[in-house]
Amino acid sequence: MKLSREDVLHISALCRMALSDEEVERFRSQLSNILDNFEILQQVDTTNVPPTAYPIPLSNISREDEVAPSYPQSNILSNAPRQEDGQFRVRAVLE
Amino acid sequence: MKSGDVLHDLTIAKAHALLKKKEVSSVELTKSVLERISQVEYKVHAFVTITSDLALRQAAEADTRIKKGDISPLTGIPAMIKDNMSTKGIRTTCSSHMLENFVPAYNATVVEHLNKAGMVMVGKGNMDEFAMGSSTEHSAFLATGNPWDLERVPGGSSGGPAASVAACEAIYALGSDTGGSIRQPASFCGIVGMKPTYGRVSRFGLVAFASSLDQIGPMTKDVTDAALVMNAIAGHDPKDSTSADEPVPDYTKSLALDLKGIKVGVPREYFISGMEDGIRNTIETAISKLEQLGAIVDREASLPCTKYALPVYYIIAPSEAMANLARYDGVKYGYSSDGDSMWEAMEKTRGHGFGSEVKRRIILGTYALSAGYYDAYYVKAQKVRTLIRREFDEAFKRYDAIITPTSPTIPFKIGEKTDDPLKMYLSDICTLPANIAGIPGLSIPAGFCNGLPTGIQILGKPFSEEMIFRIAHAYEQATEWHKQRPKL
Repeated sequence: MKLSREDVLHISALCRMALSDEEVERFRSQLSNILDNFEILQQVDTTNVPPTAYPIPLSNISREDEVAPSYPQSNILSNAPRQEDGQFRVRAVLE
Repeated sequence: MKSGDVLHDLTIAKAHALLKKKEVSSVELTKSVLERISQVEYKVHAFVTITSDLALRQAAEADTRIKKGDISPLTGIPAMIKDNMSTKGIRTTCSSHMLENFVPAYNATVVEHLNKAGMVMVGKGNMDEFAMGSSTEHSAFLATGNPWDLERVPGGSSGGPAASVAACEAIYALGSDTGGSIRQPASFCGIVGMKPTYGRVSRFGLVAFASSLDQIGPMTKDVTDAALVMNAIAGHDPKDSTSADEPVPDYTKSLALDLKGIKVGVPREYFISGMEDGIRNTIETAISKLEQLGAIVDREASLPCTKYALPVYYIIAPSEAMANLARYDGVKYGYSSDGDSMWEAMEKTRGHGFGSEVKRRIILGTYALSAGYYDAYYVKAQKVRTLIRREFDEAFKRYDAIITPTSPTIPFKIGEKTDDPLKMYLSDICTLPANIAGIPGLSIPAGFCNGLPTGIQILGKPFSEEMIFRIAHAYEQATEWHKQRPKL
């Protein structure tokens, strides 16, 4: 699987992560190599094999919906890079 | 140094016996460990944060408890916690610039359990950034040395915890294991490390890497200690809906001395080409020892799907990581970069805050989940995951346990594999299958190659930790490997 520079830039846009030119080139060649090594999976016959999302079968875990105290607002905001009036401050979403 | 000469060298069980008889106080034991840290940490670099004041305070509290006769096996015992487990009021960094100044508002459930038991926490352990790596070289802060040879890696990602226990900078440690991150460093540093069954230990408060693979487990000087720590941390937690609602046995009751009638399989696929001869010989010797102890060994066992474990893991783990690490957006907590727009700020935050291995895996995971590739990579890997699980299910109808090397290599030199990610990924080849299948695995010291520790791995069916402890304990008591300590 040969990845192009555009492929890597497209992926980095999807996950909202800026990469330097040097990183784009390095990841392009390393990931091409890694993906080549994954080709072996295509040989496996998985007809009628269900996918496994979790190794131990569990489903529909539920609990009583009981009222319980939550963490104090000040605790939760204490790591925020920017805050105002007890809220997280974000940059303008719409320009 | 011979084992047992000084307090910091003690195991949990031996320290507990002295504390209980009041021959030693927790403050004395803690001071000995802190003194050891001040003597060797500048060479080992196992800690991201050392919490001496907290440790001495907790030790004094433990002594008060002990005076009242309120003592459990972990009361007053100094421990290190890997720096991806949340500790209230104490920074929890995941060895990443992204969380360099992050101070959790709550404790991980495992930390709560240990605090209740009377833990003395001496610090937070260095690791590969966000637990992604096999050498601890991907820490954004410092490279940890292997106490047996400081120019070599301690393994990873729990390299700090493994090195601290081997160097006697902690009596025991908690690590986390997503693809071998407890077992491989345990093997590299000559200690015992267990990855429990998926769901056996709560993941609440463990910073998420790959949610269907992550498990917390003990890293200790011997098997008895691992059982004691498991007794304290295993169990159902309403805060982790993937934790198993299964009864927790007293694991120390399974520590037998013989293996009469125990059926063990040794799958040939784990002896890959390129495995070092010394490792092969070590495993052979260990297997003969198990036979002497009464085990019935099948050296021709086969798990043909083993060859798919590496690609399955390196599709599923980065895909889950990509989703879990989407939360680092520079808004709620963590590193935050400036930018002209919201998107630019977020892209710069993630581009600057994450180190290169984390970025590589986010890119890989995003690719595997992106339109056009989702079925070919992610869903395909999940289906092959089913085949790997089924293969283990079948094998455990014939065997009580499976024995393999823990790592195909001895600890490598710092810098040796950092330029070649695929080569680094191969160091986990023997440990990945257990995470994929969700089964428990333990690495135990089994000898030395060129003066460096080597481990064997014992795998069992889901919730068979007792069987694994039984085999490990019988083997350990018939050997002297666990009594060796590095010279520092």
